[in-house]
Amino acid sequence: MLADSHMPDLTDRTWLWLATAFYLAGFVLGALALLRERRQSQAVIYALVLAGFVIQSIGLYERGLAVKGCPLGNTFEIFQFTAWSAISLYLVVGPTFRLSLLGFFTSLMSAVLTSVSLAIPAWDATRRIGAFGGNSWIEFHAALALFSYGVFALLALTAVMYLLQVFSLKKQHLRGLFAFLPSIRDLDHINLRLLLAGVMILTASIAVGSVYWLQDLDKVNVAKVVTTLAVWATYAVALGLRLKTLLVSKRFAWTCILLFAAALLSLKPVNSSRQPLPAMPPASVQR
Amino acid sequence: MSEPAATLFLLGASHRTAPMELRERLALTADKIESFHAALGSLQGLREITVLNTCNRVEFYGVADSPDSVARLQETFCAFQGLSSEAFAAICLQAHGRVAIEHLLSVACGIESQMLGETEILGQVKDAYAEAQTRRTTGPVLNRVFQKTFQYAKHVRSHTAINEGQISIANVAVDLALKIFGDLSSTRILLLGAGDIGEKTAKAFQSRGAASLTVASRTFVRAMELATTFNGTALPWEHVTEKLGDYSVIVGSTAAPDIVVSTADVVAAMKKRRADPIFFIDLALPRDIDSAVAKLENVFLYNLDDLAKIAEQNLAARTAHVALARQIVGEKSEAIWKQIESQAGGVFPSRHIETAAQKKI
Repeated sequence: MLADSHMPDLTDRTWLWLATAFYLAGFVLGALALLRERRQSQAVIYALVLAGFVIQSIGLYERGLAVKGCPLGNTFEIFQFTAWSAISLYLVVGPTFRLSLLGFFTSLMSAVLTSVSLAIPAWDATRRIGAFGGNSWIEFHAALALFSYGVFALLALTAVMYLLQVFSLKKQHLRGLFAFLPSIRDLDHINLRLLLAGVMILTASIAVGSVYWLQDLDKVNVAKVVTTLAVWATYAVALGLRLKTLLVSKRFAWTCILLFAAALLSLKPVNSSRQPLPAMPPASVQR
Repeated sequence: MSEPAATLFLLGASHRTAPMELRERLALTADKIESFHAALGSLQGLREITVLNTCNRVEFYGVADSPDSVARLQETFCAFQGLSSEAFAAICLQAHGRVAIEHLLSVACGIESQMLGETEILGQVKDAYAEAQTRRTTGPVLNRVFQKTFQYAKHVRSHTAINEGQISIANVAVDLALKIFGDLSSTRILLLGAGDIGEKTAKAFQSRGAASLTVASRTFVRAMELATTFNGTALPWEHVTEKLGDYSVIVGSTAAPDIVVSTADVVAAMKKRRADPIFFIDLALPRDIDSAVAKLENVFLYNLDDLAKIAEQNLAARTAHVALARQIVGEKSEAIWKQIESQAGGVFPSRHIETAAQKKI
C-alpha cells in the first residue's frame, strides 16, 4: 500500500498542510522572479507543484482510507479535491502548451484553495464515512464532477490571464508581470479547449450519475441534481455561444470566471442538502 | 620565472571613436579581405590575429612579440586603407592584456554597441573567430580568450537585462504582435503605404517569421515593387476597406492627410473576424487609423508615439543594467586574463593605451 510501510506517520491534514506549503513556495518563487522582472524558472515551479501534488495525493489517500471512499464528503474535502484536480490537469497541460506563468497562477490558486480549506475548521468538522453508500458508480460520478470543477478552475485561471493580457495591451502596461503573459491567441485557444474538456467531463459525470438516479428515483436528491444540471447547462451554453463566436474575447473570459465562482458557490447547497450519513468527530483521522 | 615574450593586444576603431565618414574608409569590404589577410601573413612577430569587421567597428585582437609588431600592423592597415598613420592614431582604440579582454567581452555583450544590448554582435564576434580559425590565424591565447568570451557573454546577458525589450520602433511593434498572436508564421500582415518606416516594420516582421505580407498603396506600381521585395502580394487601394477583416496586423504608413481606416471600417472588419483579434500599428503622421478603434473589443492600436515611448522605456531599463553588466565583465575578464597571463602577459611600453570607455567621440 502506498502509505503503509515507508511513509512518515503523519495525519492526513498534516500532509495537506505540507502540500499547501509547496504550492505556496511555487507562488513565492514566481512572485520573486516577477518582482525582479526576471523570467521564471518554469522547471523549478513545475517541480514544486509536482511535489505538492504528490504530497496532497498522499494526504487525500489517507483521508480516503479513513472515510472509506473518495474524500468528497464535506466542503474541506471538496475544495482539496478541486485543487488536486486542477493541478493534475496543469501537470499534463503545462508542459504541452508551455504557457508561461500558468505554473505561477496554478500554484497561487492551489495555495489559496487548500489553505482556505485548511484554515476553516468548520468545513472539516464532520466527516462522512462511506458517503456514497459503497456504490462505486455514484462515487465515480462525484469524482468526475469534481474533476470537471478542477478543469473549470484552471479555465478561470487562464481566463484571468487573458484579461490581464488584454488590460496590459490596451493600457500599455507591458512591464513586470505583464511582460511574461502568454499571447492573447494562445490563451483564447486554451480557454476554449479547457471549456470543451470541462463540459465533456461534467457530461460524462452526469451520465454516470443518471444511471444511478434512474434506478431509484426515491433516492434522488432533487436540489443536488437541479444545481448540478444548472451548472452543466450554463457551461454548455457558454461553450455553444463560444463555438458560434457569439461569446468571445473579454466577455467570454469574464463568463468563465463568473461561472466558476457560481460553480464553487453551488457546492455549498449541494453538500448541505445531502442525506445525513455516519459522521466522524473533527479530530484528524488516525489510521 | 621568465617574462612572457608575447602580449595580447587590441587595435582598431569603432563608432565610439570614429565618425561615420572615417568608419566607411576603415571598413574591410569583401573585395579587400583576402588581400589584407595576405598582407598580414607577411608581418613579423604577429603570432595570432582575429579581425572583427562590422559596420560599426574594425578591431584586431592579436598576440604579438613586441610593440613594433603592433605598430607594423597599424602601418599595414593604414596603408591598405589609404589613411595616414596620424589620422588613424587620432581615432584608434589600443589596449593590451586584461583591458583588451574586457573590451572584447563588452563588445560581445552588446555594451559597446550603438544600439545598447543588441544581440547581433555576438554572432558577428563568433563569425570573426570562426573565420580566423579557418585561416589558421588563432592559437592557444586567442582560442582561450574567444571561447571564454562567448561563454561569459551569455552569462552577462542571462544575469542582467542588458538585452531585454526591443529598442527600435519596428521591433517593438513586432513584439506587441507576438503578445497578441503568439506566432507570426500564420499571421497575415497588410502594409498601408509604401513609406520608409512601413518598409522597415515589414522587414522586422519578416525577420521574425511573418510569411504573409500584402502591400497596398495609392500607387499600385509602388505597392507591386515593395511587395516583390518582400515576396508578398499587392492589394489595389480601392479594395483595402472590404479586405480589412482578412488581416491580423495592419501597418499604416501612408502620407495621406486624413484618416485612412475609420471606426466603421473596423467594426465591419471585426464582424468578419469574430473571435480573432486585430492589431493596428499606426506609423503615419498625420495618423492613418482612427484612434477611436482602440476602444473596440479585440482591437489593439499603437501609434508612433506609443511605440517610441515603449522603446525609450526599454532602453532606460537596459541602461540601468549597464553598471551591473560592466561589473560582471570586469570580473570575468580578470578570470580569463589569469588563464592566459603566462602566455601573453608581456607588458608593452605605455604608448597609446586607452579603453573604449575612456575614449568616446
